[in-house]
Amino acid sequence: MSTAAITIAACCVITAAIKAVGPVALGGRELPTWFTSVVILLSPALLAALVATQAFANGDHLAIDADTAGVAAGGLAVWRTGSIIACVVLAAAVTAGVRAL
Amino acid sequence: MGAPFAVAGFILAASFGILADEAGFSALAAVVFSAIVFAGSAQFASVSIIAAGGGAGAAIAAATLMNSRFLPMSAAVGPSFSGGRAKRAAKGQTVVDASWALSSRGDGSFDEYLLIGASAIAYFSWVAGTAVGALWGDKLGNPDTLGLDAIFPAFFFGLLLNELHSRRARGVAALGAGLALVLVPIAPPGVPVLVASLASLVGLTRQARAEALERQEAEGQPR
Repeated sequence: MSTAAITIAACCVITAAIKAVGPVALGGRELPTWFTSVVILLSPALLAALVATQAFANGDHLAIDADTAGVAAGGLAVWRTGSIIACVVLAAAVTAGVRAL
Repeated sequence: MGAPFAVAGFILAASFGILADEAGFSALAAVVFSAIVFAGSAQFASVSIIAAGGGAGAAIAAATLMNSRFLPMSAAVGPSFSGGRAKRAAKGQTVVDASWALSSRGDGSFDEYLLIGASAIAYFSWVAGTAVGALWGDKLGNPDTLGLDAIFPAFFFGLLLNELHSRRARGVAALGAGLALVLVPIAPPGVPVLVASLASLVGLTRQARAEALERQEAEGQPR
């Protein structure tokens, strides 16, 4: 098998397993309050990490660049207007604008 | 609501198709990759390694680390899925960042239909975009000039703001972002976000549990 075929096949099996573990193990049951309490806080933890890494990381180093400006502008828009559409449109426009400079 | 993400997803997928083509993947292989793995950041990570001359082992390891964040995400949605084991495992395959965050009800439960519906739209634009990039990438301009790569982090930012009503949630968000940024220069890609999920363990404190119980009772039945 070629490198591409091995990579695709392995990624498929591993990703499917990762995504199946939680639902198979924890599905359809009443979970203790401590579990719910952690799950409620998982959203802010993961979303903040995704925003931070996508806005500031370029590979293995941190940088303030065009997409940092775009995400900041989008964040300001959604905070002031509450509109997710305004947020993403402004984020793309500002990023593209800064790159065009 | 779904339209900007379908468009952004399509164009990001096209840039994945272009990268896969440059890394020596056939157009068919690139499309199959998107169709059966359906995990953007993991696909970019593994193909970038192969494009740089790395082997399958390194590419698979990078993709696995990148996808490790789906472990806490799928554990979180698990209790919200109906059906038998096989059905739940199949539903788990639809978990991707945006639909997972969108379908969260904020009380620890998830709307499984919203999750699956949002992922279905994203899936078609992801696979179609990959095909366009892999087949006709040389005729497309550089997608970066459109600034579309800022759409997903901006969208996550918007969802994040909705989560920050309590001081505890704001603290956890700051801790998660801080952990991730500190780890970016020293850990392989994917690890910073996985480790950031540990910030949610603040939920184990007695006060956090008491408030979660209150919130569940306010919602009626704990799900």
